[in-house]
Amino acid sequence: MSEDAPLVALHEVGRDFDVSRAWLNRVLEGKPRQVLQAVDSVTFAIRRGETLALVGESGCGKSTLARLIVGLYAPSRGWVEFDGANVSGSGQAQNAARRRMQMIFQDPYASLNPRWRVWRIVAEPLRAQGRASSTSALRVRVAELLEQVGLSAEDGDKYPHEFSGGQRQRICIARALSTQPEFLVCDEPTSALDVSVQAQILNLMKELQERLGLTYLFISHNLAVVAYIARRIGVMYLGRLVELADTATLLARPLHPYTRMLLDAVPDLAMSARPRTPVAGEVPNPLAPPAGCTFHPRCPHADQRCREEQPQLTNLGAGEWVACHAVEEGRVPRRERPAGGARA
Amino acid sequence: MSKSAQVAGRLGDAVLRAWDSDIVFGFRHSPVAIGAALVALICVGGAVLAPWIAPHNPFDLASVDLLDAFAPPAWQAGGKRAFLLGTDDQGRDMLSAILYGARISLGVGVASVLLAMLLGVSLGLLAGYAGGRVDAFLMRLADIQLSFPAILVALLIDGLARVALPATRHADIAVLVLVLAIGVSGWVQYARTVRGSTLVEKSKEYVQAARVIGRRPVAIAVQHVLPNVLGPVLVIATIHLATAIITEATLSFLGVGVPPTTPSLGTLIRVGNDYLFSGEWWIALFPGVTLVVLVLSVNLLGDWLRDALNPKLR
Amino acid sequence: MSEHLASPPRHARPALLGVKHLRVEFPTRRGTLTAVDDVSFEIERGEVLGVVGESGAGKSLTGLAIIGLLERPGRIAGGEIHLDGQRIDNLPPEALRRIRGRRIGAIFQDPLTSLNPLYTIGRHLIETICTHLPLSRQQARERAIALLAETGIPAPDQRMDHYPHQFSGGMRQRAVIALALCARPELIVADEPTTALDVSIQAQIIGLLKRLCREHGTAVMLITHDMGVIAETADRVAVMYAGRLAEIGPTREVIHAPRHPYTVGLMGSIPKLGEARERLVQIDGAMPRLNAIPTGCAFHPRCPRQFERCTQQRPALLPAGPGHAACWLLEATRDV
Repeated sequence: MSEDAPLVALHEVGRDFDVSRAWLNRVLEGKPRQVLQAVDSVTFAIRRGETLALVGESGCGKSTLARLIVGLYAPSRGWVEFDGANVSGSGQAQNAARRRMQMIFQDPYASLNPRWRVWRIVAEPLRAQGRASSTSALRVRVAELLEQVGLSAEDGDKYPHEFSGGQRQRICIARALSTQPEFLVCDEPTSALDVSVQAQILNLMKELQERLGLTYLFISHNLAVVAYIARRIGVMYLGRLVELADTATLLARPLHPYTRMLLDAVPDLAMSARPRTPVAGEVPNPLAPPAGCTFHPRCPHADQRCREEQPQLTNLGAGEWVACHAVEEGRVPRRERPAGGARA
Repeated sequence: MSKSAQVAGRLGDAVLRAWDSDIVFGFRHSPVAIGAALVALICVGGAVLAPWIAPHNPFDLASVDLLDAFAPPAWQAGGKRAFLLGTDDQGRDMLSAILYGARISLGVGVASVLLAMLLGVSLGLLAGYAGGRVDAFLMRLADIQLSFPAILVALLIDGLARVALPATRHADIAVLVLVLAIGVSGWVQYARTVRGSTLVEKSKEYVQAARVIGRRPVAIAVQHVLPNVLGPVLVIATIHLATAIITEATLSFLGVGVPPTTPSLGTLIRVGNDYLFSGEWWIALFPGVTLVVLVLSVNLLGDWLRDALNPKLR
Repeated sequence: MSEHLASPPRHARPALLGVKHLRVEFPTRRGTLTAVDDVSFEIERGEVLGVVGESGAGKSLTGLAIIGLLERPGRIAGGEIHLDGQRIDNLPPEALRRIRGRRIGAIFQDPLTSLNPLYTIGRHLIETICTHLPLSRQQARERAIALLAETGIPAPDQRMDHYPHQFSGGMRQRAVIALALCARPELIVADEPTTALDVSIQAQIIGLLKRLCREHGTAVMLITHDMGVIAETADRVAVMYAGRLAEIGPTREVIHAPRHPYTVGLMGSIPKLGEARERLVQIDGAMPRLNAIPTGCAFHPRCPRQFERCTQQRPALLPAGPGHAACWLLEATRDV
């Protein structure tokens, strides 16, 4: 296995949800089946030790994608590769591969079973994977994990409701790390936390990544957070990946009109009164997406081709991918942002 | 520290924590709850301890004397000291009959509630967690059963038993059949509530986390979801207890409940009903009042419990 | 306790909203919790004051106390609230009801629950207008349509007859803004108006709120945990911590040159686009729970610059540049 082979790779992954009403209702009302395309044709790869971030607004499918990767849903199209092996189905090999990845969820209040003590929660993956020797050995390991995430060993005997949001998220991280996974999918892990607590958790995650050699897929709607923690950023809109680039490049020279719009919409803490394009329109209903490029109703550069043909993700070189006719055709004026986020 | 000392310590901690908890605090400060609990305790205590505290044994045919029949309560003219609340048409002491009768009523009530709870919670959990066709099938079953009044269902099951078994066999297991009948007629409300809660809990992240960890569906349903959906079940059970007791009383009143040799409160009321207007009012009144008081206190306790456990009202 | 209030530019008239030593308490059986402790500030006509803080800081409760919507067992246990010179915190419920909606409008976080799902948007608006203004239903309807148009809702005359669930999230919040403004209030209390919205919609709604309030001359008390929203919208900002005011001053000052160590830590912990950093500033620990507020300065256990006095005496709101901050460090080096 070469050094350059990615740890995680997605190939044209898509997922549909049947949101039709119950069969009887449909027959009586004469309505057709309704299918929601939550994710469509997503392709990207994550290298070992890297943090890739996915940003997008509601309905863009980033959470669904996260669940597709860890196996909570099976893809309707395409497949997911982990360390070279296809993990999108069910079966022994898939389960074995999935044990090397874990997930951290958004809501620290709902991700811990309120009736279980903390040590039992953190030890569950170890027990599930049959790595439990004796209860005392387990508790020693749990104490280790709790201290690793900044809590104390005595916290194992408490219940989740005795902890604050930030502490609960630490417990979730401890649980995720218990079986020493190589890959962590983080679905908006700090969105429900206060800003100062968010800083603690982000710093912790960075530290753990360095110490344990973890690979992260970090999902968020907050561009500033993502710019801080990720080396590469993928922008999603209505289930499709519209741009993928290194953080520094994306922030300094965003190409896709939606990326630009997102960047302009981020409130300006520097209060520099820089020129910004006002944001237009709202995310359309995912059940009835516009034809052609789904972004065209809100795009200042849309033309006839955009209204008819859906753009494919094209490789522009230097790790930059964009799905936009206007960019390909050179109709989008180059834009340099002053002092773009300079992360190597 | 030895294992038993540890466990004792843990238990002691738990009791102290419970005493200080919001629910128990609310209980200590709610006169209605305390009153209802006391009354219920007296009734239950009396029923449980009947063989020891009842002045007579109404089922011992040897001790029952027809000459004692129709004695009025002790404080009335013609009343006898030995029979505090009078006697019925066969000479049985009313007080003892009520104590023993309450025993049967409560016993049947509790047993049928337990059966209904077991059946309802498992089916509700299964329906909610499995979803799809299993859920649809079970809920249609529940809907069909709900279109029959509970008493009718109980009557149906009881009637089937009577037809299927010879009379003597039936008399032996009459109480069991009764428990079965009332239990099976009452599972639906548990199932529906548990199913609803299961659907809510199923979508929560801790269940998804368990799936990511690789736990099997049965393990997740029982270890993760079940402890979190049992809350409302206790409230339903308390209120269902009252209903079950009344259902049993009704069935016994109609003559299709417990056999007449082991009368419950309902049977006693039925017996007394015939003599109500001929002057021997005590045969129907005292069992009736006992039934009402018992059911009322259980109902009040259940109401209080539901409000106490409702997080929105706190 | 110091009498210092935030000092806005001197006007002949009293400030539109004056909050003096406000105290909100929650009696529980384990003791009384003070959720808002001796908070004072003023809002001038047409000004946007941001009230920022993390969860548990007491900012929402302050807003609710001002509107008069505190839920039992919470109650105003001390201090005064003045609207245009007239005291409003001790008014009977009926008088308070008349002020709510007419002189003080409210915008809450979740547009879905702020609107009655069984009423059309038009009915909401017309009802509110007719309750507070002497207009006929036809006039009210026209005014409502005009207001919806102002908030950028397309085809407002048709949209009037739609139900809330037929609007998208952003549209709903626009309708809520229209509803808050329809009786021409002098002050709007907006509690996390953009938190439930996508970032691109958030930008639109902030812009809208700012523009409309400027046009109508309405003052805004903007409560949020998001400093970015404050930077875009507020003229002055008040930072709250554990129910107390930590710092208050012009937005630019507080964001770029904060004086209170908590504000310094807060600003440092926010990731900013265009700023490359290896590590975000971290304030260790967490905001104290209401039943465990430290003596002296509530922030001292987490403060990197605490000294003896901080543990014993609660700091007064001392002048700090153009604003004020509650920190004993400022006494040693008072700004001239």
